[in-house]
Amino acid sequence: MQRLAFLLISAASLAALSFHTIDAEASTETDLYFGEAIFYANQGEYFDAISRLDTELGQYYGLDDPGLDSLHLLIGNAQFSVGDFELYYRMHQRAGRAIKSVIEGNVKPAVRNKAIYRLAKILLQKNQPVNALHAIEKIEGELPDEILDDIAYIKAVIFMVNGRPTDAIEILSGLQSSDTHGGYAAYNLGIALLQLNKDAEGIAQLAKAGTSSGSDEGAKSIRDKSNLALGYKLLESGDPELAKKYLYRVRLDGAFSNRALLGAGWAEIALDRYDRALVPWTMLSKRNVTDRAVQEVKLGVPFAYGKLRLHGKSAILYGKALESYDTELTKLDGSIKSIHDGKFLQALAREELKLDSNWVIKLRDLPEAPETHYLMHLMASHDFQESLQNYFDLEEMRKRLLAWERNINAYQELVNIRREYYKPLLPVVEKQFQLLDSRMRLRIEQRDNLENKLQSMLIAPRPQFLATVSERIYGDHVTKLEKRVKHLSKDNEQRQRVDRLRGVLNWKIFTQYHDRLTQAFKRLRELDGVVADLKEIYRSFVRTRQAATQSYEGYDATLNTLNIKVLEAQERIKNAMLAQGHMLESMAVNELDIRRKRIEGDQVKARFALAESYDRAQKKQIDDEFKAAVEESVERARKAAEQAAKELEETALKEAAKEKSGKQEATREEVKK
Amino acid sequence: MNRILLVFVLIVSMSLFVGRVSAQEVSKAQIKGLDEQVQEIKKDVLGISSELALLEEKLLYPSNTQISVFVSFADKGGFRLDAMDIKLDGQEVTHHVYTANELEALRNGGVQRIYTGNIRTGDHKIEVSFLGKSLIGGVYQKTASYKISKGVKPKLVEVKVAGQGFGDAIEFKER
Repeated sequence: MQRLAFLLISAASLAALSFHTIDAEASTETDLYFGEAIFYANQGEYFDAISRLDTELGQYYGLDDPGLDSLHLLIGNAQFSVGDFELYYRMHQRAGRAIKSVIEGNVKPAVRNKAIYRLAKILLQKNQPVNALHAIEKIEGELPDEILDDIAYIKAVIFMVNGRPTDAIEILSGLQSSDTHGGYAAYNLGIALLQLNKDAEGIAQLAKAGTSSGSDEGAKSIRDKSNLALGYKLLESGDPELAKKYLYRVRLDGAFSNRALLGAGWAEIALDRYDRALVPWTMLSKRNVTDRAVQEVKLGVPFAYGKLRLHGKSAILYGKALESYDTELTKLDGSIKSIHDGKFLQALAREELKLDSNWVIKLRDLPEAPETHYLMHLMASHDFQESLQNYFDLEEMRKRLLAWERNINAYQELVNIRREYYKPLLPVVEKQFQLLDSRMRLRIEQRDNLENKLQSMLIAPRPQFLATVSERIYGDHVTKLEKRVKHLSKDNEQRQRVDRLRGVLNWKIFTQYHDRLTQAFKRLRELDGVVADLKEIYRSFVRTRQAATQSYEGYDATLNTLNIKVLEAQERIKNAMLAQGHMLESMAVNELDIRRKRIEGDQVKARFALAESYDRAQKKQIDDEFKAAVEESVERARKAAEQAAKELEETALKEAAKEKSGKQEATREEVKK
Repeated sequence: MNRILLVFVLIVSMSLFVGRVSAQEVSKAQIKGLDEQVQEIKKDVLGISSELALLEEKLLYPSNTQISVFVSFADKGGFRLDAMDIKLDGQEVTHHVYTANELEALRNGGVQRIYTGNIRTGDHKIEVSFLGKSLIGGVYQKTASYKISKGVKPKLVEVKVAGQGFGDAIEFKER
């Protein structure tokens, strides 16, 4: 029962945990690339999500000052999300490391607790219950509201798988009213109580879970599961009357219906009500024969008829069961051959099938594909699902790598075309650029000299420096005149005229000095604007020249390296796909082989039972014939005896009459005499 | 005989009930080993993907000419977005029709990079039109334009869309 309980917990737990969706609704207010990663993750495209977020994180860590990047405020969340996406992409090792780094980092308690919850979930999925327990026990402080119940539920599950049902019961009792986990908690609470050997309480709890409210498929499924578990538990503990009650509660169209009908039949058998057992079993026997319960009931129905002493009917049904087993064995052999021929993997790889939610069942409709109904249980198992998903992921990566290989080849050609175009052009452009560059540098130097002069004039005024061209020309003329009148006396009219000319000139230069200086600075600022434009054009030219060079330089090595990496990855994927495919095929073949052996076992049982029923039917027939013969003989004897008696009586009567008439005659004779 | 058969069948039934114990148990170690190998391959392929993405960006969309347009929902959108059209300087550069999955992803905080291309530095006009259905079922369509100035750095433009009564139908943000 311990093992039974454990498996039930695991199945239910996985189902409950699978309800979660991406909750990386981080604030994307400030980082578009992080938002883009979430966009892909929300669509289940985890490869793209991880790739984009990885690229963004790589760029962030490569920055000189990451504090200025838009991702800085969200870095904790981004690290956590990348781990989360990796978890969904089944990269448990890397996801575990990423999440651990968040736990150990300087983050808020709510974020850390969320990370611990994720880590515990990974460890539980990886079948490391003790490590999961150690992880979950580290949760302390503020808990994120949106996963409060999730944390409590996973904690309870971890306690249960670690053999601590008492702790689990405490948590599960508190989760009974949870909208998301109420149903699973009620069910697991029952199982935990049974684990503690509190059978009465466990049965009562499972009964409660079996009548819980809710009209969605999840709630219905939990009810069926609880009733089924309870029914079998009661059958096992020898209470078929009560077991029957719960088994009949399981929906007839649910996933647990076949097992419930089978159990209900056995409950009736245990109560010696063979005719009643035929009701669920006959219904079950008409269902899909690939189901194990249906195959089993093929023996159950004739068994019940046998118990009702209808040996002939029983023998006929055993015969039909044998025919059915033969058909199934042929089907299984065909399926095994189909898998060996690689048809199973070919069918699995077909994309269009996956658009249908029942794609696994649809596989069987494909030509030469195996009978997938036999593989339904296998396909629902965690290991097979992981292996199958890995196969799909490998196939998806293979396709990506093929596309990348084509792209890289195209990029190499693109780079070559650019090189051929730019290489002859650039030296000419470079020459012109150098010429313009030297002229530009000269002008900029002149401007700088001018500014230096103007700046020095602020400290030591030099009005002459700001004289206009005409003033300089006039000044030169006046200087020449001054030389010519230098020998004349100061009173000389000619000399006085020349001195006045000088005076007028100086007056103008000195009185307008400040205005001119202001004007000079104004013009210098105007010149700065022109120089700035010139510099911008210069920089733009430098960038364009650089872009032209960079459009083909430095790519060859990177492209070659990437090409090699792509080719290597393709080879590794090819090998991994072969191994993974082989493993899936082996799992499927082994599963079919197990089913085959079971049917063969049923076949042997059916043959023996058929022979026995036939014998009994025959014996009954002989008995009946003998009895009829004896009865006939007795009847004949009786009739003969009756006839003889009658004849004897008649003879006696006749003799009596004769005697009487003789006596009368004698009397008459005497009278006559 | 009856009792023995019942017990036997019950055992078989219980084994059915508790789940499959098939060949997968035999190859548990193999499954684990192969799974780890696949995880390693995933890690390497993701590395190639990131390297290639950076290279493509540098090769095809250099910073000085790169422009990217992102679409996001204000709040939960408040309407059903059917299609979006982006024009740059009067010319249509992209048109996108949304799937249910994409809409759900946008409603849950996702940001879609709808267009990446190259433009010259300087001023440009971006025009965004969308078509959808309002909450009450009527056609809901809007168009808005925005002037951008392309510099040396990559130009990132976020287009936030909202339903009727949820603020501006189209809001532009430069990043």
